[in-house]
Amino acid sequence: MMINNFFLLLRQELVITAIIFILLFIKLGKDKSNESLLHIINVLLFINLLIGFFPMMEGGLFNSMFATNKLVVLEKNILNFAFWIISLQSYSWLKTHKHVIEFYILLLSSLLGMFFLLSSDHLLMFYVGLEMSTIPLAAAANFDLTKRQSSEAALKLIISSAFSSSLLLLGISFLYGTTGTLILSDIGSHLSYNPLQIFAFILFISGFAFKISAVPFHLWTADVYEGAPIAVTAFLSVLSKSAVLFAFISILYKAFASLSSMWYLVLIVLSMATIVIGNLFALRQENMKRFLAFSSIAQVGFILIGISGSSHQGSSSLIYFILIYVFSNLAAFGVLSLVSALTGKESIQDFKGFYKNNPTLSWVLTIALFSLAGVPPTAGFFGKLFLLMAGAAKGNYWIIAIAALNMVISFYYYLRVVKAIFMDENDQPIEKLSIPIYPKIAMFICIAGIILTGFLTVVYDYINSLSISL
Amino acid sequence: MNLSLLILLPIITAMAILFSNGLKQIRVIGLLGSIAQLGLASWLLKLYLNERAIGNTATYLFESNYPWFSALHINYHIGIDGISLAMILLTSLIVVAGILVSWTMDKLSKEYFFLLVLLSMGAYGFFISLDLFTLFFFLEVAVIPKFLLIGIWGSGNKQNSAMKLALMLMAGSALVFVGLMGIYYNTHTFDIVQITQIGISAGVQQFFFPFAFIGFGIFAALFPFHTWVPDGHASAPTAASMFLAGISMKLGGYGCLRIASLMPDAAHHYAWIIILLATIAIIYGAFATMMQTDLKYINAYSSISHCGFVILGIGMMNKTSINGAVIQMVSHGLMTALFFAAIGMIYSRTHTRMIAQLGGLLKAMPFISTVFVIAGLCSLGLPGFSGFVAEMTVFMGSWQNPNGVYRLATIISGASIVVTAVYILRATGKTIMGPISNEHALLGDATWNEKFAAALLITGIVIIGIAPFLLNALIGPGTDNIMLQVGKAITLK
Repeated sequence: MMINNFFLLLRQELVITAIIFILLFIKLGKDKSNESLLHIINVLLFINLLIGFFPMMEGGLFNSMFATNKLVVLEKNILNFAFWIISLQSYSWLKTHKHVIEFYILLLSSLLGMFFLLSSDHLLMFYVGLEMSTIPLAAAANFDLTKRQSSEAALKLIISSAFSSSLLLLGISFLYGTTGTLILSDIGSHLSYNPLQIFAFILFISGFAFKISAVPFHLWTADVYEGAPIAVTAFLSVLSKSAVLFAFISILYKAFASLSSMWYLVLIVLSMATIVIGNLFALRQENMKRFLAFSSIAQVGFILIGISGSSHQGSSSLIYFILIYVFSNLAAFGVLSLVSALTGKESIQDFKGFYKNNPTLSWVLTIALFSLAGVPPTAGFFGKLFLLMAGAAKGNYWIIAIAALNMVISFYYYLRVVKAIFMDENDQPIEKLSIPIYPKIAMFICIAGIILTGFLTVVYDYINSLSISL
Repeated sequence: MNLSLLILLPIITAMAILFSNGLKQIRVIGLLGSIAQLGLASWLLKLYLNERAIGNTATYLFESNYPWFSALHINYHIGIDGISLAMILLTSLIVVAGILVSWTMDKLSKEYFFLLVLLSMGAYGFFISLDLFTLFFFLEVAVIPKFLLIGIWGSGNKQNSAMKLALMLMAGSALVFVGLMGIYYNTHTFDIVQITQIGISAGVQQFFFPFAFIGFGIFAALFPFHTWVPDGHASAPTAASMFLAGISMKLGGYGCLRIASLMPDAAHHYAWIIILLATIAIIYGAFATMMQTDLKYINAYSSISHCGFVILGIGMMNKTSINGAVIQMVSHGLMTALFFAAIGMIYSRTHTRMIAQLGGLLKAMPFISTVFVIAGLCSLGLPGFSGFVAEMTVFMGSWQNPNGVYRLATIISGASIVVTAVYILRATGKTIMGPISNEHALLGDATWNEKFAAALLITGIVIIGIAPFLLNALIGPGTDNIMLQVGKAITLK
């Protein structure tokens, strides 16, 4: 029985571990061509994704350090899906790369870390998961071995994540000192507005703010995103961020529920700063990766507003938004990674006149950007509005007004790229690029997701039925 | 009839356009689709009149209500009253005319027609929505096609105009959104019918009314948020200008009207500001037009002035003035679309829109010149055309308001007609009359598609001008219902 439970509850983690082992064995065996390797890996990842959709039981393991339920499984499935898409999209880049297997092993270990992070019901498990999800990324960020910027990105990532982890650890120790427990579901009942606990909470939230790059803890983001290879940037900005946000909301709503009036204020301040600063910096970016980095900072600001409503609606709109964010951001990164792999061009200037030779890619990028901006009929519209609606539940309409007007500012920089693609003249636009089959599948799925998610209300209803509330 | 057909038909047309090739195929599909829309709208009119004739007095007809995001109380709730039907008819007329004048658009024609059809889809969806969320959704759906239409196919400083237009309209919808949030969290529904039943307390109304009204006002060129109008209209390609002035600005006017009827207390409370802004827009727009030398700018600035009458009518809040506002919306839509179509026809032949470089066009292109004159005369309010009926109704409604200051506003707005006459007569005179330059003398007259487009719009203008009671009877029950809300609010006080 025990063994059965072990295999059933840890199913997703075990599959990923198995894939890592398979990759190791392939590495030890005789050399295979990159292409056949990528076929195998993409199929394995697809199987991994499928396995997550089988019905799952709920329960805990290891003295309830590890807990899983339907919501956690859903979150893991979203992450699995995003990882599969990233893998499909990096096909063109990895085809000629020397270290395909190492790349996948690093990212899969990070994904495994995220899974433990999401399932953690104990602060130690939480910390181990978080570290496991960030440390391999530093190595992955350095994967363009010949680029100096890439090593710089890796160093920045490891230092800033070490710093934020130490803040988190300090917070955890204070929490342990004042409450006497590390089990997340027990902490709540021991919390009062004791100054040391508040201090611990502040440390905790700063650590988190680092990981999701909320202003003023965002300074590492742009450089790391710019320096890392696009696949890693996509992984950082979609998977890492989503995983940490999922963990964040469950800790806030479960463990820190009794401090809600306190973190409500903190979140409002953080979100306003994040939206405004993120937007202002995004306005002037010339490099597409930096541009997406800053725009994703602004997106986090919107997410924080949604969380601050501290309701059932807040958590379901967060998960819904992240699902849509996965579709839209990965569609954008998909086009970027293809263009960058085939031409090496990454600046907005290079995209001038892009529509002339690459209409399909242009529309994919445009629809993705519209979805990020929150324009109907794309799903991004619903995602963003539901976050703002959740935020407005507490009656702070001025905050919502500021956020809504900031959507207009963000609109400017998204439209700037659209303008470059469709309207600007260019003597030497990017030539016609042929799209390999894997990126094509990935883009198709993303675009279908962007267009359909808003109208298939089943998705929202399902998420809503699972969400936690205060 | 299921009103969703009005949304479905443009979607099908757009899909068909996506899967067709070559200008010839695309434009035929676009035309067929838009004629089907017009047919559907006329059929709807017939059904609507039948229902009313047999004594159906429900506020909204052909209602259907499907849950969309039921957890958030968002429904896809649609239905029409006379006012929305008038707007739907207007939209379908302009869409046909717009497709016809774009007959020879050979630059990226697939994308062009696709976006035009998408824009019309947004407008139909907006006018049939009875749920504020759905309404808001369609309001924003109509913004992006405008940005692309102006930016890609426009002329002059098109990129800046497109950006300015998109950002200002998005700012408008952001404000609308805040207003909607206020309504939602005080009534726990987005449903217009339910909100009217529940009612919103006066304090809440006064806080959120400005957001929603200014938001929609930006779409309707409310002073001082009108600055997107001249640049946007002037840079847009002909059909897009027609859609902008004829359809998009009506989204704003219609939205303002709905907001005023949902929050009548606040509408009364802020009436003086609305009337003040409307009067300024009317006068400012008229005088600014006098200074323009570009035909499109003339029409764009005069639109600001004419849309001021819509806002003025709404601000006065009585049956006649609101009737007038609605008639003015329809009339202005048809008239400006005709004007822009005529300007487009002239521009495509002479390649200039500057009055100074034009003259004596009547000799070379009699049909186009006649159309131009008719549009001008309608704009200055000549009896027999719709402009006269509309402005007259607004003035009569405004005058019913016994407040002295409001009467002063009415008089000042009325005086603007003189200014209108000056700029219209000057522009038409200089363009049509006088000597013609040699290079213009050989240019050909309108082609069949252009003639058909103009004839369609002129028919609308003349029908309203000669038999205004038809339109009045159509929108009457709708305005009665709005007045009922307003009356409730007054008696509550």
